Amino acid sequence: MEFNAPAGQNLFDRAKIVGKSTPRIDGPLKVTGTAPYAAERHGVAANQAYGWIVGSAIAKGRIRSMDLDAARRAPGVIAIVAATEHEPVGTSDYNYAPLFGGNEVSHYHQAIAVVVAETFEQARSAAGLIGTEYDRVDGSFDLASSKDGAPLASEGGSDFAKLGKFEEAFAAAPVKVDETYTTPDESHAMMEPFATIAAWDGPDLTLWTSNQMIHWGKQAMASILGMPEENVRVDSPFIGGGFGGKLFVRADAVMAALGAKAANRPVKIAMQRPLMFNNGTHRHATIQRLRIGAERDGRITAIAHQNWSGNITQKEGENGTLQTPKLYAGANRLIENRIAQLDLPEGNAMRAPGEAAGHLALEVAMDELAEKLAMDPVELRILNDASGTVPGDPDTKISDRHLVRCLREGAERFGWSKRNAVPGQQRDGRWLTGMGVAAGYRAGPTTKSAARVRMSADGHVTVETDMTDIGTGSYTIIAQTAAETMGLPLESVTVKLGDSSFPVSSGSGGQWGAASSTAGVYAACVNLRRMIGEKLNFDADAANFADGRATLDNQSWRIADAGELTADGEMNYGDFKDGYDVGTYAGHFAEVRVDAYTGETHVTRMLAVCDAGRILNPLSARSQVIGGMVMAAGATLMEDLHVDKRFGFFVNHDLAGYEVPVHADIPHQECIFLDTLDPVISPMKAKGVGELGICGPGAAVANAIYNAIGVRVREYPVTLDKYLDRLPPAA
Amino acid sequence: MPRMTVNERPLEFAMNPETPLLWALRDAANLTGTKYGCGTGDCGACMVLIDGEALRSCLITIAEAEGRFITTIEGLSRDRSHPVQQALVAQQAIQCGFCTPGIAIAAAALIQRNSDPSKEQIEAAVPNLCRCGVYPRLVAAIQQAGRVSRRQERISAAPAPGISGEDAARTVPAMVAPDVGTGPED
Ligand code: FES
Ligand code: FES
Repeated sequence: MEFNAPAGQNLFDRAKIVGKSTPRIDGPLKVTGTAPYAAERHGVAANQAYGWIVGSAIAKGRIRSMDLDAARRAPGVIAIVAATEHEPVGTSDYNYAPLFGGNEVSHYHQAIAVVVAETFEQARSAAGLIGTEYDRVDGSFDLASSKDGAPLASEGGSDFAKLGKFEEAFAAAPVKVDETYTTPDESHAMMEPFATIAAWDGPDLTLWTSNQMIHWGKQAMASILGMPEENVRVDSPFIGGGFGGKLFVRADAVMAALGAKAANRPVKIAMQRPLMFNNGTHRHATIQRLRIGAERDGRITAIAHQNWSGNITQKEGENGTLQTPKLYAGANRLIENRIAQLDLPEGNAMRAPGEAAGHLALEVAMDELAEKLAMDPVELRILNDASGTVPGDPDTKISDRHLVRCLREGAERFGWSKRNAVPGQQRDGRWLTGMGVAAGYRAGPTTKSAARVRMSADGHVTVETDMTDIGTGSYTIIAQTAAETMGLPLESVTVKLGDSSFPVSSGSGGQWGAASSTAGVYAACVNLRRMIGEKLNFDADAANFADGRATLDNQSWRIADAGELTADGEMNYGDFKDGYDVGTYAGHFAEVRVDAYTGETHVTRMLAVCDAGRILNPLSARSQVIGGMVMAAGATLMEDLHVDKRFGFFVNHDLAGYEVPVHADIPHQECIFLDTLDPVISPMKAKGVGELGICGPGAAVANAIYNAIGVRVREYPVTLDKYLDRLPPAA
Repeated sequence: MPRMTVNERPLEFAMNPETPLLWALRDAANLTGTKYGCGTGDCGACMVLIDGEALRSCLITIAEAEGRFITTIEGLSRDRSHPVQQALVAQQAIQCGFCTPGIAIAAAALIQRNSDPSKEQIEAAVPNLCRCGVYPRLVAAIQQAGRVSRRQERISAAPAPGISGEDAARTVPAMVAPDVGTGPED
């Protein structure tokens, strides 16, 4: 099916199931421990052996030798695949740093061997007997000292853009902000580690794994192992969190496949947690300089956002500028995104790549500008709201945008009027209290997505697509979409996901999954309706499908009477979308209290008012936004991969050292969805929200801390050591 | 060979007594509802009830578990009717679900001692990490579970039947029966 023009009236406008809060249909499996995640699929292949991955102990250099004798003789060891005895594996379009690289080491904890043994303990213990000698060479591990002279990530697009005359306009602006912000490296730290069971059957490889993008995974494995794509099957029905860390196949899959080949047995690997942080990908640290110039009435005349990050291959940095061309008006603009070469582990997408870090800078700079203007920060944002076309790209139309409503309704509900604009003035016993606001923007992309729907003789519909559910609620919204389109109750739909033998979907990433995968399911269901119509002799497109029947012109048919049918469908998007910027928008509010004596910060309230078109399932969408707000609070208050700048690795590479929010850190959180529809995105008029929730709340928390204590910390995370000595006098 | 009672059945593990209980449960007993998140006591994904107390099975060897009564998520209720399981579903305090078994165990232990916990008591008793961020909904769920256990409230949100993958799929028709191998208990 082609989506070639904005959606008009369609069946979703009178939706009975789509758009209604629907409890997650996979919930009962998850509360009973019976949802099968990758590492526990003991039934899929008999005689599974255990693999243990050995990571490089240096960040850069060469392996001189590996002594494998003792390990090979250790009890239970079946096979060892080691870098010194194996050609480097191939690369793919998705992973830049090699996952198993021969003697050349390109980052710390890169896989250099896998030990396969009868038991997990035997594999681990034998791995400890491998003696590896390295020739270590120095690398560049410090973004701040590597950033000078770093080239643009690319020449145009979102990496370099100029509009008007920024330098002149900024120089002439009566009120200006010129500040630099830094955000640290961060880890996805999803609760389920990378895990794969790999089994060979002749030339065929099956991977039961934990992966967000099944088709990418299949392509990547084929190209890494140099085998035909059709011989690879990837299956991933349940995923214990990904957040971008599982967009690509990782060393667990590659080493399990190599180990299984060597052992001639299925091999299971659940990556040990301490390897996750340096072996996997991470969100790159950024340095961001913001310059904003405004008239005295608050109107922005000049805005520049320069961003630096680094990566091992000098590709795919963390582009903090992404939201800046979109959010605020202003005639004179400059965007620069530069990328330095670093020898740290590979940086790559983590939940809202670019924007999550970018809001932490832009939205604090806006707060600083508001203060200089003596203007309310909500009003400043509203005054500079954009309409019609994208401020940084006037050739592109805005599809549907209600940011002002998000901010106004948020301010109203949050009690913003009670905020004291003068920082450090609000006391509640021993606490200094404050409120902060931020706007949020995250793109609402779509990508083509296919599905297959099968109707059984009794009229039950089964959907098959290689879409994944990473905790987002895909199972449920896909069931809702099929039920709605076919006019069936939810119970008459079964959903099967995550298997590469199913039609290729959008997968889960970049907040595109919900909108794209449901549109593909819709396309398949429309084809199924037409097949039913042909069989029973009516015009399916004109008929109304409800309660298991199709009705047209006073005639009615039981759809099950069409018998067993299978329909495929794919939603493709026409070029007309290129003329539009489809975005999701939010107003984020936060309230904090800071202990006037110890400087300890507690977030007390958070609110997000979101504009993301039709909300397919308000219950799971709310979970997604709130989950993003938790992660955003973590980014502002604690998350920080510490770089050892001598030896080039993340020091705090476990869950004890890498702090993420716990229960006691998270306060009352609320999320409200505006009742909007975006006809440009898809026939459903629905946009994703999984990443909007992390775009902005962190800045709202940082602004609230400033409002509470009157000290501005521009170096994330905002930990108390950075402001304790500057707290207002306590007494 | 350490012996203990797991989900009301006597079990003897023919394994090295130093094996962490987590791996014995998952790999030998095929009770895979108990998760590996870190192996070092930081996350709580591996929590099981040991003589009624929620403990991290990654930190306990099977030798230390000798003679004790272990309850895993699979044994919390025969038919997912435990108030905590019902309330987690009802409050949608589940996203990816990987932390969920550990949290259900921690919450069940809390409700057993104190069926009317405050937010602060819940925060202290349920330190489990959830990267999906279900925390605020969890407080509501655990308090609701407490009311259910005090018979002040009933929940109908969680369908009642057995806990095998097949059964779950039958009761929740929109879910496909997953590959759960031979099933956890038989
Ligand atoms: S696996 Fe036991 S606490 Fe994390
Ligand atoms: S639901 Fe995903 S970690 Fe808790």
